[in-house]
Amino acid sequence: MATPKALVLRTAGTNCDRETEYALQQAGFEVERIHVFRIMETPTLLEKFQFLVVPGGFSYGDDVAAGKILANQMLHALAEPLNRFVEAGKLALGICNGFQVLIKSGLLPWGNVNTEEANRDATLAWNDCGMFKCKWVHMSCDSQKCVFLPHGEVIALPMAHGEGKFVTATPEILATIQQQDQVALRYCDEAGTIGGAPNPNGSMDDIAGLCDPTGRVLGLMPHPERFVETIHHPQWTRKDIRRADGRLFFDGAYSHLTQ
Amino acid sequence: MNRIEIWPKDGFGDPHADGVFTHIRELGIDTVSAVDSARLFFLAGDITDEQVATLAGELLVDKVTERVVLGTTADDGKNVIETHMQVGVMDPTAASILSAAKEMGIELRTVQTGRRYELGGDVTEEQKVTISTKLLANAVIEDYYLDAHTPDEHPGTPYQLDLKIVSLLELDEAGLMKLSEEGHMFLNITEMKAIQDYYRAKGREPRDVELEMLAQTWSEHCGHKTFRSDVKVMNAKGEVVEEIPNLLKNTVFKATMDLNKPWCLNVFADNAGVIEFDEENAICFKVETHNHPSAIEPYGGSMTGIGGVVRDPMGTGLGSRPIANTDVFCFGDTTMDLADVPAGVLHPRRTMRGVVAGVRDYGNRMGIPTVNGAVYFDDRYIGNPLVFCGTVAIMPREAAFKQHPNHGDTIVVVGGRTGRDGIHGATFSSGEMTHETESEFSHAVQIGNAITEKKILDTLLQARDKKLYTCITDCGAGGLSSAVGEMGEEIGAKVQLEDIPIKYAGLSYDEIWISEAQERMVLAVSPDKVDELLALFASEDVEATDIGTFGLTDDNDKGLLELYYGETLVGELDMEFLHDGTPRPTKDALWDFVPAATPAPATKDSYNDELLAVLASPNVASKEWVIRQYDHEVQGTSAIKPLVGVGEDGPGDAAVVTPIYGSNKAVAISCGMNPTLGDLDPYQSALHAVDEALRNLVSVGGDVETTAILDNFCWGNCNKPDRMGALVQAAKACYEAAMTYGTPFVSGKDSLNNEFVTDTGETIAIPPTLLISAFGLVDDASKCITSDAKAAGNKVYLVGTTRPELGGAHLLLANGLDTGNDVPPVDCKTNFNTFVALGKAIRSGLARTCHDLSEGGLAAAAAEMAFSGGLGIELSTDAMIVDGDASQTAKLFGESAGRFLVEVTPDNAAAFEAAMGETACAAIGEITDTGRVQIDSAIDLANTDTKAAWQGTFNW
Repeated sequence: MATPKALVLRTAGTNCDRETEYALQQAGFEVERIHVFRIMETPTLLEKFQFLVVPGGFSYGDDVAAGKILANQMLHALAEPLNRFVEAGKLALGICNGFQVLIKSGLLPWGNVNTEEANRDATLAWNDCGMFKCKWVHMSCDSQKCVFLPHGEVIALPMAHGEGKFVTATPEILATIQQQDQVALRYCDEAGTIGGAPNPNGSMDDIAGLCDPTGRVLGLMPHPERFVETIHHPQWTRKDIRRADGRLFFDGAYSHLTQ
Repeated sequence: MNRIEIWPKDGFGDPHADGVFTHIRELGIDTVSAVDSARLFFLAGDITDEQVATLAGELLVDKVTERVVLGTTADDGKNVIETHMQVGVMDPTAASILSAAKEMGIELRTVQTGRRYELGGDVTEEQKVTISTKLLANAVIEDYYLDAHTPDEHPGTPYQLDLKIVSLLELDEAGLMKLSEEGHMFLNITEMKAIQDYYRAKGREPRDVELEMLAQTWSEHCGHKTFRSDVKVMNAKGEVVEEIPNLLKNTVFKATMDLNKPWCLNVFADNAGVIEFDEENAICFKVETHNHPSAIEPYGGSMTGIGGVVRDPMGTGLGSRPIANTDVFCFGDTTMDLADVPAGVLHPRRTMRGVVAGVRDYGNRMGIPTVNGAVYFDDRYIGNPLVFCGTVAIMPREAAFKQHPNHGDTIVVVGGRTGRDGIHGATFSSGEMTHETESEFSHAVQIGNAITEKKILDTLLQARDKKLYTCITDCGAGGLSSAVGEMGEEIGAKVQLEDIPIKYAGLSYDEIWISEAQERMVLAVSPDKVDELLALFASEDVEATDIGTFGLTDDNDKGLLELYYGETLVGELDMEFLHDGTPRPTKDALWDFVPAATPAPATKDSYNDELLAVLASPNVASKEWVIRQYDHEVQGTSAIKPLVGVGEDGPGDAAVVTPIYGSNKAVAISCGMNPTLGDLDPYQSALHAVDEALRNLVSVGGDVETTAILDNFCWGNCNKPDRMGALVQAAKACYEAAMTYGTPFVSGKDSLNNEFVTDTGETIAIPPTLLISAFGLVDDASKCITSDAKAAGNKVYLVGTTRPELGGAHLLLANGLDTGNDVPPVDCKTNFNTFVALGKAIRSGLARTCHDLSEGGLAAAAAEMAFSGGLGIELSTDAMIVDGDASQTAKLFGESAGRFLVEVTPDNAAAFEAAMGETACAAIGEITDTGRVQIDSAIDLANTDTKAAWQGTFNW
């Protein structure tokens, strides 16, 4: 089988594209980092890829709101090719700023880029503390549908964001997301207990990551690409770290696409 | 103008307004009961109401958490404050909205932004002004209004050339000095006369831009005149005791030359110092200060501080990629009463918040992990806070060396546009601050846009790898004038000023030339590569413009700088005069050291309270509030982080990053500084700073033998002989330290004249402050260790010798005790041997934990080691290796250099002792499971108490 190809979409202010490229290469992908302008000029470029990753950073400086301007470009210049990409059974992952972009373009929570749904039902608002915060968090992999992650695992990753509080417009929308098994990741403590202090930003239902109804589009605030070696873990000098949890995301995508 | 207000919806909270509410309380105004805030947008263009509604509803609002008001909310007797960005100030959000609207098919002409605040409760007009000026609006970049305000559209007026000639030839000395002062040139009479002689020889009067350029190039900030001066050192009796020609060349720089390390690839010649990393790569490091602007506008000032220092490595060699940032700050007392803050100065707490936020917003956006730093406090930083920003970067070895332009190369400026921001920044940074500086020099603060710089970086590295340019430098202090002036030093340059892209109409030719607008780089490009280079930058939406030519003007052998505006020659200077015409000054220094021993503190049975006070003292206390706001993980290269331990919140000694994916080859980064010691004994203070930086590096497993260091001197006014005397002492100590530790200086910078004159005429000079930054190679990051205790039952060694002196110890500062100037002397040679042995032992896997002893001595280090590890530590001072007659106080809290606490498993104890060989190394206790720090019977405290004291001070 041909090596699956991953596209790391970058633009002005993207700043996690190189480490994301490395994490994808580690998992076995053939990777290209491409500027969104090139895709806007030639949308058919998307077709040769099986995996779209929108990496972290501050696309367009988070001007107006985090992820808003890049989402606007997707909505007005790339909606049709992106929807075709997802409908073709391919995968998409948004990390941190990428998650913000996916939610503001409509790819999350419902898997469709359109101005009607974009940012209508859910958003990522300012952290309750009102500040950018960089720290390691634990999360529980809670969705059986999410094709990237092993259900039931507890993983550790670093987060680094100011606007990461997941919020839905109404309780009914949150209920729908839960019923459709779209809650991919919940903040928890090291033992896997969800709720309370481990929630770093006030997200509803302790949501750290969300997938679309197919489980093939995933967005999360913490950074899997920053934990792909055991010495990335903040306590590797204290204890034996057996697994670099960030690799699960990229390995999971690779297995899904190659199985 | 179409006004749009974006308000938070009920029930979704508004952290921004909540923050403002807290800060109003901190201003001492407690009658405000609530704060609401809205984002304001003003759109102009030939657009319909429907289009305005579309932009508001689809682009500007968050549909889930916010609501739109088209037009203006009625003031209705509410307490209203609005802040608006001033016209002409770079507003990245406005620029983003312009292009996003275009993608939606809506053409806007201009966009302006602002914020509206509505305050609940009782607020007087006077309090509103206080809140506006002290908290919400920064007069340098924002206007405030106490009611709803919708600005006019400012189309701007195009500039009409108006060439200005200055009368200089006939001036007498008084006239020359008047010109220097009124023109904010900050040049002395000797320099002014040199300029007069030059123009007399030319037989013409100068044009204004020529004088501006000379003032800029010859400024303290750009020229380091003081550090390069010939110094005459006198004692208190007025006897000359020493004469040193060119201080820099005979101290700091001499050490580098004398050491002559083969792995130093490019030092003191370029924007950053470059050393070897591995067979393919080199790394460089630069640390800059951005003090004066940060005093006036902490947020913008520190932003441009970090933005500027990031551009230095981008413009070193053929350009490098930043891999880590560092930041060190000095502030006044953050707990002082607002009423005691002198006029013209911001409250230290506001300064600190602003500085931290500026570094955060710029560094995080650049995607560079901020991995190391420190924060110090002293009342005398009130008028002159210090902001040190550093950047470490990596490049292919072949790109590591300084290049020069060829005759005929095109001058290309890339990046941001030129505006009126930052005019006179270099000269302003070279003068003293007064309570009026804020208003006189508001234009000297540049406004940063990190995303523009990130775009330049992304594109520049592609251009470098395609070999599209011959040479590069950044626009820093002195702007294009300085950048083109430096690059064309040997062969001259011809520039068309009207070709330089400007932010708004109306800029005069001289403003264009000397503006220090941020995010610009200058490239020299071979004419056959210009088209490809311009196309590459255009493809990433980075403006790149041909503005002239290096060399190759008529009879231009010696190098002539020619500035044209259209067909008119508006400036002409000989490069030789510009760069070498400044007379080397002579400085008088006064140095007479009168020893004064610290009064011996009374011996006590328990030092628990003293230890808690030390841990809570601002220099020692946890800086987690700062560190968490910085992304220290971006790039996925972090091996040893700034916070360590079982709670991931203990103090790390040095950071370790692995810049090459898939490789464990690493660079360790650390710093050392101690302004209190600078006051007492500047010579020992400098030795301590170097020792601390290296100690921190060795603690994680760094190798002192492949480590280079950087100096940043921040001093008072060195025209005053006592300040100059202290500077000479510190500079000479730098030579001794670098030679003895074998660590060359590879880059440095000084910021002198850090004095503030209050409205009552009192002069406040900062303490002599020397920051030493260190970076060293680590072959395998997986061999590194951290400072948190690891397991009960392990042995604890004290490495290094404890001395009896207590001068400057934090025990005294934190507990209000008097100090003498008996700073513990540093034995660099002995410490070097210790560093080598300990570093090797750590890298061989013989130590589980290592923490250096610095502020607070043994007691503080032991407490930190214990609470970071969530374990106990039990030590006895009986076995400590002591030089002289050290008291119990000195054993517990003395701050002798070259010492470490090291945790070793019982299995490795013999091997560790053997590895330490002849160096001072004594087993003094063990790690326990008690969760307490216990030393003799003098200290016995629970981690919960020590950690609470340490974390409580900056739990903001």
